Amino acid sequence: MDVNPDHPLKDGYELKLNSYDLGVDIELADIVRRLRFEHPEITSLVVSSAHEQVFCAGANIHMLGVSSHAWKVNFCKFTNETRCELEDWASQADVATVCAITGPCAGGGYELALACEEIWLVDDGNSAVSLPETPLLGVLPGTGGLTRLVDKRKVRRDRADVFCTLAEGFKGKKAVQWGLVDAIAPKSKFNDTLAAHLVSHRDQRPGRADRSGITLNDIPFVDEDNTRKYSTLHVEYDNARRTAQLVIQVPSAEGAPDSAEAIHAAGDQFWPLLFARELEDAILDLRVNRHDTGLVLLKTKGQLEDIKAWDQILIDHQGDWLVDQITHLLSHVIQRVERTSCSFFALIEGDSCFGGTMLELALACDRQYMLDEDGIEVQRSPINEGILPMTTGITRQACRLLGEVELLESCLGKFDRMDASEAEEMGLITEALDEFDYEDMVPVAIDERVSLSPDSLTGMEANLRFSGPENTKSKVFGRLSAWQNWIFIRPNATGPNGALTLYGRPERPEFAWDRV
Amino acid sequence: MSKVDQNGKIPNNVDLSSDKRLQRALEHWLPLYMEWWNDMGPVGYQTKDIYLRTAVSVEAGGWANFDYVQMPDYRWGIFLAPDGGGERTIGFGDHIGKPTWKEIPGEYRGNLRRIIVTQADTEPASVEQQRFLGSIAPSLYDMRNLFQVNVEEGRHLWAMVYLLFRFFGKDGRDEAEELLSRRSGDEDKPRILNAFNEPCDHWLSFFSFTHFTDRDGKFQLASLAESGFEPLARTCEFMLTEEAHHLFVGETGIDRIIKRSAELTVETDGDPMTAGGIPLDMIQRSINYWFSYSLDLFGGEISSNAANFFGEGLKGRFKEQGRYEDHIMKDGIKIIPIVKNGIVVEEEMPYRNTLNEVLREEYIADCERALRKWNRTLEKSGLDVRLRLPSRRFHRAQGIYSDHHFDPEGNLVTEAEFRANMNDWMLNTEDNAFLTSIMHPVTEPGKMANWIAPPSRGINGQDVDFEYVRL
Repeated sequence: MDVNPDHPLKDGYELKLNSYDLGVDIELADIVRRLRFEHPEITSLVVSSAHEQVFCAGANIHMLGVSSHAWKVNFCKFTNETRCELEDWASQADVATVCAITGPCAGGGYELALACEEIWLVDDGNSAVSLPETPLLGVLPGTGGLTRLVDKRKVRRDRADVFCTLAEGFKGKKAVQWGLVDAIAPKSKFNDTLAAHLVSHRDQRPGRADRSGITLNDIPFVDEDNTRKYSTLHVEYDNARRTAQLVIQVPSAEGAPDSAEAIHAAGDQFWPLLFARELEDAILDLRVNRHDTGLVLLKTKGQLEDIKAWDQILIDHQGDWLVDQITHLLSHVIQRVERTSCSFFALIEGDSCFGGTMLELALACDRQYMLDEDGIEVQRSPINEGILPMTTGITRQACRLLGEVELLESCLGKFDRMDASEAEEMGLITEALDEFDYEDMVPVAIDERVSLSPDSLTGMEANLRFSGPENTKSKVFGRLSAWQNWIFIRPNATGPNGALTLYGRPERPEFAWDRV
Repeated sequence: MSKVDQNGKIPNNVDLSSDKRLQRALEHWLPLYMEWWNDMGPVGYQTKDIYLRTAVSVEAGGWANFDYVQMPDYRWGIFLAPDGGGERTIGFGDHIGKPTWKEIPGEYRGNLRRIIVTQADTEPASVEQQRFLGSIAPSLYDMRNLFQVNVEEGRHLWAMVYLLFRFFGKDGRDEAEELLSRRSGDEDKPRILNAFNEPCDHWLSFFSFTHFTDRDGKFQLASLAESGFEPLARTCEFMLTEEAHHLFVGETGIDRIIKRSAELTVETDGDPMTAGGIPLDMIQRSINYWFSYSLDLFGGEISSNAANFFGEGLKGRFKEQGRYEDHIMKDGIKIIPIVKNGIVVEEEMPYRNTLNEVLREEYIADCERALRKWNRTLEKSGLDVRLRLPSRRFHRAQGIYSDHHFDPEGNLVTEAEFRANMNDWMLNTEDNAFLTSIMHPVTEPGKMANWIAPPSRGINGQDVDFEYVRL
């Protein structure tokens, strides 16, 4: 990590001491993504600092100070997703991720370390890990810090409590004793000890050297007439109505790559990969640049047999590193849809092809309206039975049918096409509507939706979308981020005398002492 | 009876004899301290009688008892300046006018610990840096001064450790142990501040260090002597009385070198090295080197820590009560020259955030006063050459100038220009080799090495040829 202080994403702050803003995190996300696809040969990743004085000072406080609430929330969501993807990739690609901390490592810096599987700390009497957000800023380590401390690293809650209220954190021996880092080494031996350790990681993962990655090229798009067009989909914004239509065009699978070699040769132009990257770009654009949009209407165009064929290619080549990474990416992107503060309705109409991966996307939506007409069908596939899990690790169908276990079980292995009434019976859609009802009810449902409080909807959706079990990731988004977002708007943090507002200023914060 | 003989061996005015907690902490720490002193204190001379000043009480006259002492028997003690009676109030910041804290305010515990540990770490560090200098001392007078400085730095460590023991419980004891395990210049366990990791292997560096680097201590201690945390204030107040002697050693040491160098320059027609003297440009390079390292000790020009420490009433300004009228300074601003788009421009900053710079300016003014004195010595010698302080922007590793390069006049230069001139601007390898080569021990009472002039008077009214160290 070597952040140039003079190139922040927006004006008004400098990125000193390896602190970061969204721009830095976009680069980090890009690195993780390129590691996934361009470097399948690697066996370990070391996250280190090129800064002479510090490892990383965390998120830039002055950036947070000048940012709107929405920007802060989006920033935290994105940084959290990046750290989750780093973890996912490490486990999916079986890469040892090691954070090598030299110099003070504070806040978001330590949270980045927590997203690695091992944390090494140089024992030089100066380098320390810390989460100073509460004592210094009156906010939380909201990029997974609190959750990963107790849930992932399993640091005892009382020790975590002490650690999280101590601005300077812990150094060397104590950091190891309390489980905050895995290993310490003196400066003179740090690099050699680490290098030897990486060799052992490499030796445990033989045969990778033969793999060669693909190249991820830029994602071209055109933005005109309120429509953002990609090669596999487009998003048409209706600003007056505050809605958007996201239309995915599933291409013919004729001539699709039918061997691992052909898939590798197609590289980033292989349709499932191309589609996943473009959908992700569209969703991120929606989040950051289209705040007014309250509802996305998801549509697909194409033939069920084509999506089935594309999915089948992924299923047939499971075990090939590239194909595995493509399905992991698809899964990651669909999870991103569910973590977006925007309502999603799937509209299953004529010409649509909600099968397999596309059906999974429909199930990620808040509601599914299906036109009950001859020839309009949906189709499950093995893709829907665990290959594209939710953030919480279960399938979307299991999440929907928590209270209808028998129905869920009766679905399993059933890959025939279903018309609207069968789909309704199987719990796959919200409502099957005939032509007249569809015309009457869907537009009204849309108008009604966009009339509701956007804050309430964001909270409601986040609560309803993730029924069932929790895991570290779901707690990071559902609990830590939610609390952080609440604290961000409280006067004790961002009021005129709040700790975050006054950080770095000569005045000191004044708190309202009531516990809310 | 406690193993720590509180009233004899450890002179104190902190009621050590009835403070069980303090006794327990000292019992554990004292052997570690002695181990550190034996490992890292002055090399040799530990069993020699040295004419040292020992503080045995804080009363007038009590802090300066002179007698022959062997260093390991030096009575390191614990003293706070007398409380002066009456209720003290906090003199600055957001708590101004409220009674001073006699115990640690919980919300500032972390900051106070940091302030105390950072200050404490410098005390043993300088002893480590200077440990080999005894064997090349230019006179018994100077050797004695070196050891006086060393034992008092040791005592200042005690003073800070007392605060850690008394107010920070187990954390304080851990920190006190850490203070003995870090080592100046050690790659793995360096001292906290960089100037205290720089090698100090000949007497020009020793005097420069004592003059410039210890002088930072004077200003830090003076600002902490203003602290609303009363035990810290009173501890630092007392340390300042001893620190003054260290500065005297440095300032007069350089002055004596300048005097001798000027004489030799005249005698040798401009090449004092041929006569084993130190050229004046080398002295200038030592000034540039140690002054710039010492400036870093004050911290960043724009610092929220500095603002917090002031607002919280923990660290004031130099002579806060005497020299300033407004002790709150909430809305004040200060102009700071910063580098923007390749040029130096002046920018307004909230005053409290610039307090490190405010203190640095006091320090620079004090250094300039010494420079004027040294230049008077040069003037008397009849030479035209004068010494000067480099710009505060020159050769900085901390703060807003550390990302750029400046010449000694403070003009922006490229990194290449800086590197090309570095050896002309700062003490370099050849200088150090030469300086080491001329430093031979002189151990006959009253005699001086050829490169330094004798002091104008001795210590405690004794003659210069008094036997300050019995070898």
